[in-house]
Amino acid sequence: MNDLSVYAAAGILLFFIGLYALFFRRQLLRKILAANVMGSGVFLIFIGLVKQPGQSTDPVPQAMVLTGIIVTLCFTAAAIALAIRLKELNEEHHSATRPEDDFG
Amino acid sequence: MNNALLLLAILSSSLIPGLIIFTLPEPALRLRTTCNMAGVLTKLVLVGVLFQRVYQGTLPELRVPVLPGMELLLHADSLSLLFLGLSAGLWLLTTVYAIGYLEGSPHRSRFFGFFSLCIFATTGIALAGDLVTFLIFYELLTLSTYPLVVHRGTPQALQAGRIYLAYTLAGGALLLFATVWLRSLAGPLNFASAGILFTLDASLHADLSLIFLLLIAALGVKAALVPLHSWLPTAMVAPAPVSALLHAVAVVKAGAFGIIRVIHGVYGVEFSMTLGLLPPLAFLAVFTSLYGSVQALRQNDLKRRLAFSTVSQISYIILGIALGGPAAAIGGLVHLVHQGLMKITLFFCAGNLAETLQIHKISDMAGVGRRMPWTMSAFTLSALGMIGLPPLVGFVSKWYLGFGALAVGQSWIVVFLVVSTLLNAGYFLPLIYRAWFMAPQGRRNEDWPEKNGLETDWTLLFPPLVTAALVLLLGLWAQAPFSPLYWVQLIVLREYGQ
Amino acid sequence: MILADFLLAQPWFVWLILLPLGGAASTFVLPRRVAPIGFCCALLILAGAVFSVCQLTATGSLTQAAGHWSAPLGIVLRADGLAVVMLATTAGVGFIISCYALGYFPARGHEPSRARYFWPLWLFVWAGCNALYVSADLFNLYVTLEIVTLAAVALTALEGGAPAVGAALRYLLTSLVGSLTYLAGVALLYAGWGTVDLSLLSQVLTEDPLSRTAMALMICGLLLKSALFPLHFWLPPAHGKAPAPVSAILSALVVKTAYVVLLRLWFEVFASFDRAMTAHLLGALGSAAIIWGSLMALRQERLKLLIAYSTVAQIGYLFLVFPLAGAETAATVWTAVILFMVAHACGKAAMFLVAGTIQQTAGHDRISQMAGAGGPIGVLAVVFALASVTIIGLPPSGGFFAKWLLLNAALATGQWWYCPVILTGSLLAAAYVTRVLSWAFLDVRRNVCPVSSRVMKWPPLALCLVALLLGLAAYGPVRVALTGAPVTGHVLVEQRP
Repeated sequence: MNDLSVYAAAGILLFFIGLYALFFRRQLLRKILAANVMGSGVFLIFIGLVKQPGQSTDPVPQAMVLTGIIVTLCFTAAAIALAIRLKELNEEHHSATRPEDDFG
Repeated sequence: MNNALLLLAILSSSLIPGLIIFTLPEPALRLRTTCNMAGVLTKLVLVGVLFQRVYQGTLPELRVPVLPGMELLLHADSLSLLFLGLSAGLWLLTTVYAIGYLEGSPHRSRFFGFFSLCIFATTGIALAGDLVTFLIFYELLTLSTYPLVVHRGTPQALQAGRIYLAYTLAGGALLLFATVWLRSLAGPLNFASAGILFTLDASLHADLSLIFLLLIAALGVKAALVPLHSWLPTAMVAPAPVSALLHAVAVVKAGAFGIIRVIHGVYGVEFSMTLGLLPPLAFLAVFTSLYGSVQALRQNDLKRRLAFSTVSQISYIILGIALGGPAAAIGGLVHLVHQGLMKITLFFCAGNLAETLQIHKISDMAGVGRRMPWTMSAFTLSALGMIGLPPLVGFVSKWYLGFGALAVGQSWIVVFLVVSTLLNAGYFLPLIYRAWFMAPQGRRNEDWPEKNGLETDWTLLFPPLVTAALVLLLGLWAQAPFSPLYWVQLIVLREYGQ
Repeated sequence: MILADFLLAQPWFVWLILLPLGGAASTFVLPRRVAPIGFCCALLILAGAVFSVCQLTATGSLTQAAGHWSAPLGIVLRADGLAVVMLATTAGVGFIISCYALGYFPARGHEPSRARYFWPLWLFVWAGCNALYVSADLFNLYVTLEIVTLAAVALTALEGGAPAVGAALRYLLTSLVGSLTYLAGVALLYAGWGTVDLSLLSQVLTEDPLSRTAMALMICGLLLKSALFPLHFWLPPAHGKAPAPVSAILSALVVKTAYVVLLRLWFEVFASFDRAMTAHLLGALGSAAIIWGSLMALRQERLKLLIAYSTVAQIGYLFLVFPLAGAETAATVWTAVILFMVAHACGKAAMFLVAGTIQQTAGHDRISQMAGAGGPIGVLAVVFALASVTIIGLPPSGGFFAKWLLLNAALATGQWWYCPVILTGSLLAAAYVTRVLSWAFLDVRRNVCPVSSRVMKWPPLALCLVALLLGLAAYGPVRVALTGAPVTGHVLVEQRP
C-alpha cells in the first residue's frame, strides 16, 4: 500500500504543480507543458490509488490511463500546432507593420 | 359551427391575414387591402355569431394542453364579448382609416402585419379564460405593438419605443411573477364569477393582498395608472392610426380589462372588500384621473393633450369596478365602450388635422372649423361626450358612476365627478372655441391647401363620422336592446348576481 | 407491421454516433464532395433522431452494451428521455446549421479550404455530442467530452487570423484543465468504489471524504468547461471570433455537453449527498452569471460578442436548477432545464446565423452601423427578433415556460430571491435585444448590397419558429424528457408547503 500511495501522492503534487504553472507562466510552451504535467499527475493518481495489494491487476484503470494518454497527446499536438501558427501570424503582423514604423 | 372551432376561427381571422400581409411586397396595394378587409369582415361576422350564442346562454370554450397540469383556456363569456365587440368593430374603422392615412408611406406591409397581430393579441386577451392565458396574450400585445410605435423609424420614435418597452416589459415581468405565485397558492386561475380565492385559508390573506398589489401595478402600466403612465404621452410620436388603436382599442383597454378580470374573476368583489383592497384602488383611480386632467390642461400638443385625457378617463373604468356596487360596475364597464368610441373619434380627427393641414399644436388650430367642418363636428361631438354632456354616451357612464357611488355610500365620488367634468371642460372647450369661433391667423390660412370636393380623403373622413354618430346615437338610445349599456347590464346581471 | 417492428428494433442512438463519424471520415478523405456528403449526413442524422424519439415513446429507455461487453468492463450506452431530447435537439439544430453552412462556406471559390475543414470537424463535434448524450459511465463521458472539445477548438481556429487562433488556444488550455480536473475526480471515485458506471455508482456510493473530494473536483472541472461565471473568460472571444456557423455550433450545442454531464452527476450519481452548500454556491454563481453576462452584453459594440455574452448569461439560468431542485420540485426543474436547453439551442443558433448573414452582407458586425449598411435586412431583423423572444422569455416560446417553471420551483421551495434574478435577466435581455433591433428599424437610406442566398435566410427562420412555438407544443417533448428521468413528482407545483 505504501509504495503505491507514494505514486498517488506524487500524482496529486504533479497535478497542482501543473495547475499553478498553467496559470502563472506566461510563455505558451510552458503552459502546454504544464498541462501535460497535470495530465501525468492524474494518471499517476489512477495507477497509484487503484491497485490494492494482494489482488490481481485491475485492467480497467490501465485502459483508462492509456486512453487518457492518447487524448492528452492529441490535445498537446493541437495546442502546439496552434501555438506555432499563432507565432507565425504575430511575426507576419510585426513585419507588416515595421515598414510603417520606419516611415511613421 | 362547433364552439371551439368558432373561437379558433375568430383568433385566426386576425392572425392569418397578418401573417400573409407580412409576406406581401410593398407595391401589392390591392392584395394587401383585400387581405385586410377580408380578415376584418370575417371577424365581424364570426363575432356576431358568437354574440348570438353567448346571448342564448352557451359559453364556447377551447382548451389546449401546454404542460402537464397547465393548459391554455379560451372562454367566451359576456364580458369577453364586450371587449371583443369593441375591438372588432373599431378594427374595421381603424383599418379603413389607416389605409388612407398611410397612403404612400414606406413599410406598409410591415405595419399592417403587426396591426393584425395586435388585434389577434387583443382578441386573445378578450377571450382568455384564465389568468395564465391572459398573461400570454398580454405579452403578445406588447410585442406586436412595439413595431407599430417605432414605425416611423425616426430617433424620437425609437426612443419612444424604448420607453414603451421598458414600461410594458417591466409590467409583464411583475405580472408573470404575481401569476406564478398566485397559481402556486391557488391552483388553476380560471375566471369565475365571484372569484376563486375566497376558499383559501386565512393565513394566506397577507400573501394574497401583496399579490393583488403586484397585479394592479403590473396591469396599471398598460392601464396608465399614475405613476406608471409616462409611456403613453411619449408614445404619441406614432402615426395617428396607431395612437387611435393604442388608446381606444388595444393597449390601454387591455390593462383596464385585466384589472376588471382580476377583481371580478379571480379575487371576487366581496373577497376584495374583505381584504380591504378596493378603497385604496378607488383613491388611486381618483388621483390618476385628476392628475391626468391637470396635465392635459398644460399641453400644447394636441395628441399629448388627448393622451393625458385618456389617462384620466381610463381611471373612470377602474373607479367603477373599485367602488363595488352593481350600478358603479355598470358605469365602469360601459365606459370601456363609450370611452373607446369617443377617444377614437378624437384621434381620428387629430390625425386628419395633422395629415391634411399639418396641424400638431393647439395654438395652430384657430379657425380650422371652417376649413374642415365635418372633422371638427365629429371632434366637437366627442369632446362634448367626454365632458359628459347629455344625451351623449359620456353622460350615461358618468351618471351610472355617480349613482353607483351614492349606492355604496361614497358620496364624495360625486364631488370628484363634478370636479373632473369641470376639468374636462377646461381642456376641451377651448379647443372647440378656438376651432370654430376664432379667426384663422393670416399666415396659417395661406398655408392650408385649397379644399376641392371633400375636405379630406374619404377614408380619413368616414371613420370619425361613424364613431361620432355612434357617440350620439348610443347615448340617445342607451336603453335600446343591444346597445352597450344593455349588454353591460346583462353582464352584471349574469356574472355577478347583483 | 414488419417494417415498424424492424424500425423499432434498431438501436438508433448507436447509428446516430456511427453516422457522423463515418461522414466525418469520408469528408476528410474526399475533399471535393465535402458539402454533399455533409448535407446527406445531416439529413440522415435528423431522420435517425426522429426514429429514436418514436422508439423512446414506444418502448421506453433503451440500453445497449457496445460489443455486448457489459459493465464494468464494457461501455454501456443508454438512451433515456434526456438523451433522446438532446439528440433530437442537436439533430434539428445541426441540420439547420448544415443547411446554412452550405451557403456560408462556398465549396468552390477563393476559400475552398474553410469548407474542406469545416465539414469533417463539424461532423466530429456532432458525433461526440451524440455519443455524450447516450453515455452511461463516467469515463466514456470524459472521452466524448474530449472529442467534442478538440473538434470545437479546431473549428474555433477556422478563421485563421491571430485573434481566432489565440481564442482557440485559450479555449483548448482551459478545457484541458477542466477535463483533467474532472478525470481526477473519476480516478478518486474508481479508487473508492471500483466502478464508473452511472447507475451502479448511484447505488453503491456513500458520502465520505473521498467521494466529496471527487464531487468537488468533478464539479469544478465541469464548471470550467461550461463557462459558468467567473470561469467564463474563454467563451466570448471563442464564440465571437469564429465564423457564424461555428459560433452557432459552439453556443447552441457544445456548451450544453458539459452541462448535461453535470446534470447526470447531480441527479443520478450524487443524488443522495447533502449538498445544500454546493447548491447554493452554484445558484449564486448562476445568478451572478445572469446579471454579469447581460450587463456585459449591453456594453458590446459588436453583434457576435453581444450574442456570446448573452450565452454566458443564459448558462447562468441553467445553474439555477441546482438550488431549486428540492424534493417536490425535482420534476419541475428537470422539465424547466430541458425546455430551456432546447429553446436556447434553437434561439441562440438562429441569432448567430442571422449575425453571420448580416456580417457577410454588410462586411462587419458593428451594431451602431447596422442601419445604413447591410442592404435589405427585413427578414433578418424579423428572424433576430423572433429568436430573441425565446431568449428574453416571452410567451409563447419555450423560454417562457422554462422560466415559469423555474419561478414556480423558486416559490415552492421558498427561495423567492431567485425570482428577481430571473426577471431582471429577462428585462436586461430585452434591453440588449432592443439595442440591436432599434438599429434595424431605423429609417435610413440603405446602400445596395449583395443579396444573401436563400439557404442563409430561411433556415434560421425555421429555427426561430420552432423555439417560438415550443411553448405551445411543449407537451410532447416534456413527456419524452420525463421518460426514464431520475426525478419524480409533478411538473407544476401547487400549494406551497
